[in-house]
Amino acid sequence: MLFAIQSLPFLWHGLLVTLQVSALVVVFSLAGGILLGVGIVYGPRWLYWPIRIYSDFFRGIPLLVLIFFIYYALPLFGINLTSFVSVVVALSAFETAHIIEIVRGALQSIPRGQNEAAKTIGLRFSQRLVYVIAPQAVRRFLPPWINAVVDTVKGSALVSLVGIVDLMLAIQQVIGRTYIPMPLYVLGALMYFVINYSLSSASRRLEARFAYIRE
Amino acid sequence: MASSESVVRIRGVKKSFGANRVLDGVDLDVHKGEVVVVIGPSGSGKTTLLRCINLLETYDEGSIQVDGVEVGFRDGGGGVRKHRHDRELARIRADIGMVFQLFNLFPHLSARENVMLGLQKVRGRSATDAKKIAEQWLSRVGLGDKFDSLPGQLSGGQQQRVGIARAVAMDPKVLLLDEITSALDPELVGEVLTVVQELAKDGMTMIVVTHEMTFARDVSTRIVFMDGGQIQVQGTPREVLTATGHDRLKAFLARIEMKHH
Amino acid sequence: MRYHLDFGFIWKHFDRLGWGLVLSLELAAISILIGIAIGLSLALAYTGGGRAIRSAVAGYVEFIRNVPLLLLVYLIFYGVPSIEGFAYDATTSFVITLSVYAGATLVEVFRAGLAAVPRGLIDAGKAIGLTGWQRLIWVRLPTMFRIVLPSLSNAFVSLFKDTSLASVIAVPELTYGAQWINTNTFRIIEVWAVAAPMYLVTGYGLLFLLQRLERRFAVH
Repeated sequence: MLFAIQSLPFLWHGLLVTLQVSALVVVFSLAGGILLGVGIVYGPRWLYWPIRIYSDFFRGIPLLVLIFFIYYALPLFGINLTSFVSVVVALSAFETAHIIEIVRGALQSIPRGQNEAAKTIGLRFSQRLVYVIAPQAVRRFLPPWINAVVDTVKGSALVSLVGIVDLMLAIQQVIGRTYIPMPLYVLGALMYFVINYSLSSASRRLEARFAYIRE
Repeated sequence: MASSESVVRIRGVKKSFGANRVLDGVDLDVHKGEVVVVIGPSGSGKTTLLRCINLLETYDEGSIQVDGVEVGFRDGGGGVRKHRHDRELARIRADIGMVFQLFNLFPHLSARENVMLGLQKVRGRSATDAKKIAEQWLSRVGLGDKFDSLPGQLSGGQQQRVGIARAVAMDPKVLLLDEITSALDPELVGEVLTVVQELAKDGMTMIVVTHEMTFARDVSTRIVFMDGGQIQVQGTPREVLTATGHDRLKAFLARIEMKHH
Repeated sequence: MRYHLDFGFIWKHFDRLGWGLVLSLELAAISILIGIAIGLSLALAYTGGGRAIRSAVAGYVEFIRNVPLLLLVYLIFYGVPSIEGFAYDATTSFVITLSVYAGATLVEVFRAGLAAVPRGLIDAGKAIGLTGWQRLIWVRLPTMFRIVLPSLSNAFVSLFKDTSLASVIAVPELTYGAQWINTNTFRIIEVWAVAAPMYLVTGYGLLFLLQRLERRFAVH
């Protein structure tokens, strides 16, 4: 048990890497997901299938397969990224697909009449999006998006398999030195739990708040 | 512009949904200050025609002009018509008001904010001006105590009156009313129709699609009967409602009579 | 690209991929069955139970759902034996892990499904004199299953993709097979170019078949 406490600083560094990776992925996937989500719902017809195929592809393969592919195969295409960058790329590509679906669901759940009424008072597309669509979409978007953030944090644990010293790999390495797996796994689980549970309770509280505002 | 010139000029409009001919050559003129009521069985194309006027629906052939401006298309040169872009359409639509059967109020905005949105973002009014105009119109439709209410807190009749205020506050050249009382409980219909009657008295040009025959008889200046995608009969209320020669119209009116008794 | 595509190596070792896929499906199938058993029991306990039971169930669900699956895999495979002093093989360990994971996910599915059973049906059951247990078995559960069929289908396909994690403890499923070929033949692009579509086609194929099943049974 003493070993477990002594290894805390090392685990702490791992945790920071986990948070770093997660934060980057969340930002990239949010930007990409919103852009492509709006594009698939409101964009020209020729945008539909490319975005749809992207989304279905990256949601149809396991994250692990994607990480392995990008980590091992990309250099062969002449693209030499550091391990850190390649896992962020893999995770971002993966999460973007999920965010696209969340955005799509939020936008499509808004009755068509809203967009029509907005057109009727003379609002342009960008104005309709900002003043009418987005305020209503955000309420339907936030709770599932926070779940996606939790999934991102959990998915980030897979980077340990390609040598990135995140929290997961840090735990493995400490176990390698101290030979006491269980307490360390439990400690690691608790650390992930604290992060994700706070996120998911925030999501539940948001859902409750928005339900009250719904018509 | 002489008041005999058409505010709305529809010529030869045709539209098909797949194999279904919804609009089969419609010609119609609406002049300033007229209240044109469109009646007809479901599927006759009357709602579709209304929605073509502000291009919520596209059409395959024909022309629709509001105040001399072709709504859906612009001249591409060499006699070619091109569809208007969203920006141009937005500007044209600002001058055409529409009130919907299902109200379509913005649920995240109060009654006042619903009316202010167009005034600020499209007409470019300041927030103070927009607020004043919005409150004036809401008071006129009898909602002077509901400025801050959210749509979810209002009855159907109240929501529809906000919808009307939202449309007329934009000072449109013509107001399109799409079965605005069909989704209301019977006891709430009267308050909405009273407001519309007031607007008509003040000279608002209106095209109204409705099943309310008493309204049609009392408020309209002209009634148009549509069936099978075409205008079959049009004339003054007296002429149309005591129709003698037209079989389909007679049958339709008979059915409506039965429904309301 | 100084790389020469050569799929011959893949076909030579294809049975690692093919049988790996079969194993992945088996793992997913067993796990969802056990997961349904766990999830359903806990959902029933939660719906009918007092505060203590509800907290316990919620605790279990929250823990499993907020911790990475990878960590759970390690915890059960390496961690538990070190305490209890026994060892089990990787496949058994993974099935236990995935079942526990599936169970936690399905508790919410079943809880919502039970709550979605129309009151009218339950009232009708009461009216014809069925006891609580009889209503549960003959009215509520059958209806609930039809309601949750879509969620169960999605859960199954999800689990199928999650079986890729079994590769980290050397269970010879599809991803492990691909890793093996990757490391031993260096046919990196080819192997993933075959393995990824195998997941895609199987996953969407399953969804398609399950949706056809749904159309026959599901209720809205």
